[in-house]
Amino acid sequence: MVVTPWQNDLTVELKEAFGDQILELSTGLGQDYLVAGPESVIAILEHLKLEDEYDYLVDITAVDWPDKPERFELVYILYSFARNHRLRVKTRIAEGSHPPTAVGVHLTADWLEREVFDMFGIEFDGHPNMKRLLLPEEWQGHPLRKDHGILQMDNRWVQENMGIDSGQ
Amino acid sequence: MPEATFLDASELVLNMGPQHPSTHGVLRVILKLDGEKVMGTECVIGYLHRGVEKIGENRTYQMFAPYVDRMDYIAAVSNGLGYCLAVEKLMGLEAPPRAQVARVLLTELNRIASHLFWLGTHALDIGAITPLFYTLREREEILKIFENYCGARLTTHAFRIGGLQYELYDGFEREVKALCDWVIPKIDEYEELLTSNRIWVQRLKGVGILNADDCKAYGVTGPVLRAAGVKWDIRKALPYSGYEKFDFEVPITHNADTYDRYVVRMVEMRQSVRILRQAVENIPAGPIIAKVPKVIKPPAGEAYVSIESPKGELGYYIVSDGSTQPYRLRVRPPSLINLQALDRMARGCLVADIVAIIGTLDIVLGEVDR
Repeated sequence: MVVTPWQNDLTVELKEAFGDQILELSTGLGQDYLVAGPESVIAILEHLKLEDEYDYLVDITAVDWPDKPERFELVYILYSFARNHRLRVKTRIAEGSHPPTAVGVHLTADWLEREVFDMFGIEFDGHPNMKRLLLPEEWQGHPLRKDHGILQMDNRWVQENMGIDSGQ
Repeated sequence: MPEATFLDASELVLNMGPQHPSTHGVLRVILKLDGEKVMGTECVIGYLHRGVEKIGENRTYQMFAPYVDRMDYIAAVSNGLGYCLAVEKLMGLEAPPRAQVARVLLTELNRIASHLFWLGTHALDIGAITPLFYTLREREEILKIFENYCGARLTTHAFRIGGLQYELYDGFEREVKALCDWVIPKIDEYEELLTSNRIWVQRLKGVGILNADDCKAYGVTGPVLRAAGVKWDIRKALPYSGYEKFDFEVPITHNADTYDRYVVRMVEMRQSVRILRQAVENIPAGPIIAKVPKVIKPPAGEAYVSIESPKGELGYYIVSDGSTQPYRLRVRPPSLINLQALDRMARGCLVADIVAIIGTLDIVLGEVDR
């Protein structure tokens, strides 16, 4: 993917407001994204919502890079109805760190962050209901981590609740 | 403490589902009630979780394509289109014009089929049994076209990365034209049955209101958003697969209630027929698949591509590390995110309205849980 710098009125304004907290402003495959420090992501989301009309949080997801020092990449996809423009806000966090929740800015974040917690084990600080979304609450393990095998499951849970001895 | 009288409010927790005929699958809703009034809801989901995203990371790009049909199995063609477009974006490919028009044709047929199925089951939930038989009869004709085209009726795997595998069959155009002429009077017939039917109107008007601001706050898209007066359809806003070439309207209404969502979906079916008529008249000649390597290895990078599925914004976020398998494949399912607004819509309603609200969201649990 050829990555080129992303520059327009919006990026100038964001640079003014957040300065060094924004680490990268780029365009790849015609899609704009910015990379920011984990502590300023919520402020950026709020700024984009209130000042720049990015009022629709499309999705929150994570990507696991086990070999990198900051293991997880959190991705927030935003859309502005007024500008008809979509952008991604990305940040990198280390394993075990607790990023702040975005529920205060976008209500959509509630279930999306619960799904990220369920699948990756990333706990969001300040989330009103931080529990698993899809898997059973007592389930052990976070399946979308790269060190989780595709056939691996919580054998104990399956034995106890499904009555299947092998766990498969 | 004063003694409780029969007039006192008492909270009751009622479990609805997962095996409930009007939750459209395995959705469990825990209702907190005060008499007949809903004070709050909590959805318990995941009964149909198959780990589609994990499977995607462990299959090649081509091998994963049939899996996406199993998410929203009512509109499998849309799922396939979104996935193919996302991989094509990563590879820098574009389907040839003939394939693009064929994709539009099949996707719009699927939109009608999905809306028909929604209408039948929604009406059934409200207590009208007849429309279900009618809509499934009409949907059957669309499924026959799918079957003639690719051999499958529901999980079609109609598209391939880069275009199509099969040429349109002899008589396809004739059948689509006949269907267009035939289905419009049928839609008129449903409207005669329902639009001003007193029971239908009283059960739906003013129920499950979700205004435009709430829709945006909850990320709700599709007909629910349009019924709240937001003229937004990805086919118009960020056109894909050549939708910009077709002339069609995006219907909106302003009451943001369950009845208005019914109106929006009915108009959408008519608009889909309009697109079909234009597309079937002008199917370009030429190849049906772009030059795609036998082994698909998109260059390292990432892309988010979304389409307007019958339920709302269906997005695929794919991260490639340059290998034959996606490094990360995220599906942004419209059903899951629309379902999140259920609590907002249901508060203050009656228990009987819950059935109408679940129906109007048009969720498919295969897509909610993936």
